[in-house]
Amino acid sequence: MDTQQQRKERLDRGIKVRTDGLYALMGWQELGYLTLPRLILIVGMLALPLLMPGMYWQRVITIVCIYALLALSFDFLAHFVGLVSLGGAFFIGVGGYFSAIFNASFGIPPLFSIPMATVSGAIVCTLLLIPCLPLRGVYFAIVTLMYPLALARVIEATDILGGTDGIMGIDSFSNSWVEQYVAIVLVLLFLFGLRRLVNTDIGLVVRAVKDNDQAVRASGMSVNFYKAGAVFIASGIGCLGGACLVHIYMWAGISLFALDFSILPIAATVIGGSGTLVGPVLGCLILVPISELLRDFGTLRIVFYAILLVCFVVFRSEGLMVYGERKYHQFERWVKV
Amino acid sequence: MSDQPILEAKELTKAFGGILALNRVNFHVNEGEVLGIIGPNGSGKTTIVNCITGFIKPTSGKVFFRGKNITGKAAHRIADMGVTRTFQIMRPYYSLPAYKNLVIPLFSPRSKRTGGWRGGGKLGDRNTVGIDILEEIGFERDSRVPYKMAATLPTGYLKRLELARCLALKPEIILCDEVFSGLSMSEIASMVPLIERLQMDGITLIMIEHRLRELFRVADRIMVMNFGEKLTEGTSEEVMADSRVKEAYFGSEEIEEVMTYA
Repeated sequence: MDTQQQRKERLDRGIKVRTDGLYALMGWQELGYLTLPRLILIVGMLALPLLMPGMYWQRVITIVCIYALLALSFDFLAHFVGLVSLGGAFFIGVGGYFSAIFNASFGIPPLFSIPMATVSGAIVCTLLLIPCLPLRGVYFAIVTLMYPLALARVIEATDILGGTDGIMGIDSFSNSWVEQYVAIVLVLLFLFGLRRLVNTDIGLVVRAVKDNDQAVRASGMSVNFYKAGAVFIASGIGCLGGACLVHIYMWAGISLFALDFSILPIAATVIGGSGTLVGPVLGCLILVPISELLRDFGTLRIVFYAILLVCFVVFRSEGLMVYGERKYHQFERWVKV
Repeated sequence: MSDQPILEAKELTKAFGGILALNRVNFHVNEGEVLGIIGPNGSGKTTIVNCITGFIKPTSGKVFFRGKNITGKAAHRIADMGVTRTFQIMRPYYSLPAYKNLVIPLFSPRSKRTGGWRGGGKLGDRNTVGIDILEEIGFERDSRVPYKMAATLPTGYLKRLELARCLALKPEIILCDEVFSGLSMSEIASMVPLIERLQMDGITLIMIEHRLRELFRVADRIMVMNFGEKLTEGTSEEVMADSRVKEAYFGSEEIEEVMTYA
């Protein structure tokens, strides 16, 4: 019995290394190899506002972060849960309007109205999406695309929530530094939070739902329960972005349901590399500023933008991050591990 | 062993449009028994498994598990009660390594409640428990096989992985949908003792098979299906002696071969 136990422990050491990442503690070189990319990302993101030349570009950074939140939520849903969602605009709109109502009508300061809007927005989005959870792939995408279009028209037609004028007089953040760092910290928080989540056992179940929902059902777990949970998380992230956005613009209107919020995160995910979670953030960091730079071209902006996207899809269809990760792991062979 | 059968189907009927896939099928399984279900292609064998485990709803008829009506319940609720199944076309999580495939059933409410296979589900480290199960089911612990991606595993291991997923749930019944099909003779030979061991552990088995020779070795009772109806039922000798079975079955050649073998 004792030798058997010893044998088991010896053999299982392999699993520990594979699953717990213990090998990182074996030396400075390996530690650096693992933490350096993360450090570059964190420090780089935190330093961004300081490097920007003026107010205009600092605002761009904030918008990048809002889109990055959406892209994270898209990547999480699409790659880890298997639900392709075009609901970015839906989440932004719901979260934004909630925060606007909490702040403008009830006088709740942004510090509380944003988290409240996040939770209540996520609940509303999840409830509205629960009927379509059994749908997969493009069918789910169509339904999520329908909601923002419909909600915008409902607000326009019935003149509720300020109608086409929107809701005005919303508090802003106390200053532009707070605004930027709130957005940046939120992106980093959810980026690393989601990365951790998908590697826990519960995240594994969610990934299994994407891989093979029949087998999950045969394992005695409700597929729809886990899908609903994942949608709650993803829509929460989107609503958080929307809630921040209305406090940045100090205005909430039906342009919150604009399709940009649905499409750009997808483009960013394609460019950054889907399934990496870092990739979409990187994609937003590239796409949003480029779209700002191209403003000089006027109407031709969309043309250049489209050409750029096509180039990425054709020449780097796997995405920058996937490509970068592969190269980085090849680099590993140079270092003695 | 109680006198009440562990699983009982009464007048089970499933119609796909105008086609009767199952027509008033009655059968029962006693606790600890191995029931073999055979029949030509399209005779409704897999439909029985799907109806019992809730993957499709029967048109009429009832299924009882330990006297409780489980007809039309959701698939995950039925699996939660311990009625588990394997899939004929294997359904592992292809993007996960083999041992991670078992973390998912070990995470299920049933495993948490009952402790899962040999009480492993209550332990903290589901990865190690997953490898324990894999070793028991025939994955070599000291090789790289348990760590390989499910997508790269050969059919033999995937069939075992299907069984392992059921085992992780601490099943009361396993409905095996053709666990021998697609395997080489030597793989089947190593599979048979595994089935016998499951039986010794007190797990009730319903086995759908085309490999009659191996099935007759492990099954206590055989049920023959044809065109969605139950043709006959009995021990392997009784079934083989039945002329209707020979007629229904393809060519009747293999039956004779098996008869001489047995």
